[in-house]
Amino acid sequence: MADELTPDELLDKIDYGADSGNWMDTTKSVQIRPGMYCYAAKAESVETLGLPNARPWNPVEEDWKLPDDWQQILHNGIKERLERFRTFKIFMDVCVRCGACADKCHFFLGTGDPKNMPVLRAELLRSVYRNDFTTAGKILQNIPGGQRLGGNRPLTLDVLKEMWYYFFQCTECRRCSVFCPYGIDTAEITIMARELFNLIGLNIDWIATPVSNCYQTGNHLGIQPHAFKDMLEFFVEDLEDITGVDCTPNFQKKGADILFITPSGDVFADPGTYTCQGYLILFKYLKDKYGLDVTWSTYASEGGNFGFFTSHETMKRLNAKMYAEAKRLGVKWILGGECGHMWRVIHQYMDTMNGPADFLEVPVNPITGTRFTNAASTKMVHITEFTADLIKHGKLELDKGRNANRIMTFHDSCNPARGMGLLDEPRYVINNVCDNFYEMPPNTIRENTFCCGSGAGLNAGENMELRMAGALPRATALKHVHEKYGVNTLGTICAIDRAALSTLCEYWVPEVEVAGIHELVGNALILPGEKERTEDLRMEPLPGCEEEE
Amino acid sequence: MTQKYLIPLAAVFLLFLVAYTGAGAGLGWFFGIVFPYLAIIAFLVGFVIKVMGWAASAVPFRIPTTCGQQKSLDWIQQNRIDNPDTTLGVFVRMLLEIFTFRSLFRNTKAAFNRNASNRITYSWEIFLWVAALAFHYAFLVVLLRHFRFFTSPVPGVVQFLEALDGIVQVGLPGLFLSGVVLPAAVLFLLARRLFDAKLRYISQASDYFPLFLILGIAATGISMRYFTKVDVTGIKEMTMGLVTLSPTIPDGIGGLFYGHLFLVSILFAYFPASKLMHLGGVFLSPTRNMANNTRAKRHVNPWNYDVPIHTYQDYEDHFRDKMIEAGLPVDKKE
Repeated sequence: MADELTPDELLDKIDYGADSGNWMDTTKSVQIRPGMYCYAAKAESVETLGLPNARPWNPVEEDWKLPDDWQQILHNGIKERLERFRTFKIFMDVCVRCGACADKCHFFLGTGDPKNMPVLRAELLRSVYRNDFTTAGKILQNIPGGQRLGGNRPLTLDVLKEMWYYFFQCTECRRCSVFCPYGIDTAEITIMARELFNLIGLNIDWIATPVSNCYQTGNHLGIQPHAFKDMLEFFVEDLEDITGVDCTPNFQKKGADILFITPSGDVFADPGTYTCQGYLILFKYLKDKYGLDVTWSTYASEGGNFGFFTSHETMKRLNAKMYAEAKRLGVKWILGGECGHMWRVIHQYMDTMNGPADFLEVPVNPITGTRFTNAASTKMVHITEFTADLIKHGKLELDKGRNANRIMTFHDSCNPARGMGLLDEPRYVINNVCDNFYEMPPNTIRENTFCCGSGAGLNAGENMELRMAGALPRATALKHVHEKYGVNTLGTICAIDRAALSTLCEYWVPEVEVAGIHELVGNALILPGEKERTEDLRMEPLPGCEEEE
Repeated sequence: MTQKYLIPLAAVFLLFLVAYTGAGAGLGWFFGIVFPYLAIIAFLVGFVIKVMGWAASAVPFRIPTTCGQQKSLDWIQQNRIDNPDTTLGVFVRMLLEIFTFRSLFRNTKAAFNRNASNRITYSWEIFLWVAALAFHYAFLVVLLRHFRFFTSPVPGVVQFLEALDGIVQVGLPGLFLSGVVLPAAVLFLLARRLFDAKLRYISQASDYFPLFLILGIAATGISMRYFTKVDVTGIKEMTMGLVTLSPTIPDGIGGLFYGHLFLVSILFAYFPASKLMHLGGVFLSPTRNMANNTRAKRHVNPWNYDVPIHTYQDYEDHFRDKMIEAGLPVDKKE
């Protein structure tokens, strides 16, 4: 927890009046401060994937143990990426610094640090680009004072450290991109910057170790196959206590209808575990009622993809498992669980990177007959699309009363909102399993949603001040509906959110709990042959079943 | 950092003076003929090179920023413009972006109220959008009006535009609305940069320079039309000479005109090397000009390459005993 800083102390620090002086004077800003940065990647995690410059190093030490030719490596890296990514090239060239993005970033709003304005975050890299890659920059280099006047900087160690510090204070949420008149996407620039850092071994451990685990063991947490099975079986035992029904899932079942992949966080940490139990209940219901055969896989047991926060190549290497496993098992199509960045990867990258998935069928829900034409090529469907379709066709028996104690609001996760547009499907599901739903203010939901403050691999423990500052805009909106409508549950469809928002609530709005949408589905769904339920999935009394005092 | 705006301001003054005095010293041929031609060539060549450079870069992934409901189930209302899945939808989105600055229209202003409510509040911030729109359209009108100097006879469209621009019918010569709106909008945009602390912090000399330059162009133009009353017939003779590639330098045009023309030439020459290229870039921005249909239609990455992966066989080899013991299915029993 952010024990060093109370919420009040954190609030005292916020000031949107920017610094005076020239931001290019880096000496002051590269004081990498505890609470705001993540620990360096462990050498062994970097080695697993054979990524460059694996060694122990420490961001707060003077010597970062870089290769001798690190400037040349980065220069070539930038050049290569300018050719490979039109986004990068255009975004380096066209910004007019109109400032529309400045106060759209949750990290700026929570810290007041002017270098957290998206425009300035990008300028850190753009100043190097202008200096080294544009004609004007090359001319200005030769004029005394020209670099400074042009806003151009050579790539020095201080500049590198500053970039590292601030590109690991961006959660790639794309909110600034919504407001940019040219669609400049800071997420894209951060992605490029982090790719560049990885060329010289400058990843953070909270990304590198999950990547390494995922590559070798199948999931971020490094849960081995037998342990993964044990954990799900543990849920099955709980569910049998709660419902009286055996919800044992399939593992690696060849010839199943659907392969289901969800973030491993749901198997491991509360409150994601309750969402996971919701999935188990749903699949049991569909099996018993309609004969639908869903299988899990311990090999492809990670929906999330921290490779996305490392490099495009690493993302592809981790993502490849989904199609590979679907092919090996001979399923018809893939169903994906509730996760944020996982869905950006699936929706905007997977087919391009690892497709075509011509061994799968165009997803059809055999129960409703709905053909998911929006997933015709990638052949992967989001679970809220799937569940919404089932509910719409009246295929699920739901008892909303079991969620009567929940007064809900919904947090749109950045990636499904701004990298996909999955907005109404989860709301439809919520409204069908729960009676009390209130939206947060319009500036903070849907495409305007605020990040939890911990996305893109920043969900570590050591950067808690940064996380809680970044969480402030979301927390403010949540507090508003909590006070106005008595909201006590924050619904979300993201595994990182389930962990991060829980911490957010504990810090900023302690009266609110976080729940995945399929936890609510699991509570409401009436399983064939179930006993009279008295407890919800958290093993707390259902509304109306509280013990009398 | 007063240098950031004082140097561009001084530069614009200096450029004007150079042409003003230069033309008086018999260098009219340079400021009236040679430099305008060079500037136009620099503009055209520079613009094309820049756009070709962008176009030469690959678009490996389809990554539009979605600002509304996706197309998924039939009964869920899709936002066809802000989250388009068809070319038509993208076309409309781009049209609105380019002609109405739709994204900027969304702009909000955040404020944090420490101690009172401890809340961050957001209000609609429309002025940047208004000023940006006013500036760009006024500039366009001014630019189109100037075709009077490069055509003979003057096309009806240009005359109509003039009539529209002068619709208030105030003064003689009649006041053009664009002549008021353009400098007003530029001054607003300049004031933002100078007086808003955040904007002042992020602004570079290259942000002030075009503003001062355009202000200089507007000031000289307005002064010629309304106050100093230059020899319009002579100027038209000269501009027609430029456009018909038979340049001449008539007598008695005056230094003010050369100053005006030189600043315009500088603007053209400077354009492709500057942030003003957002004019071209906005059309090519992949987060706006692509359809959000990546799951429905495969997008191909031209440089996609094979990568090493940890295969299921590797995985099973690693964990086979544990998997068998746990009762998980395996492909090979040993």
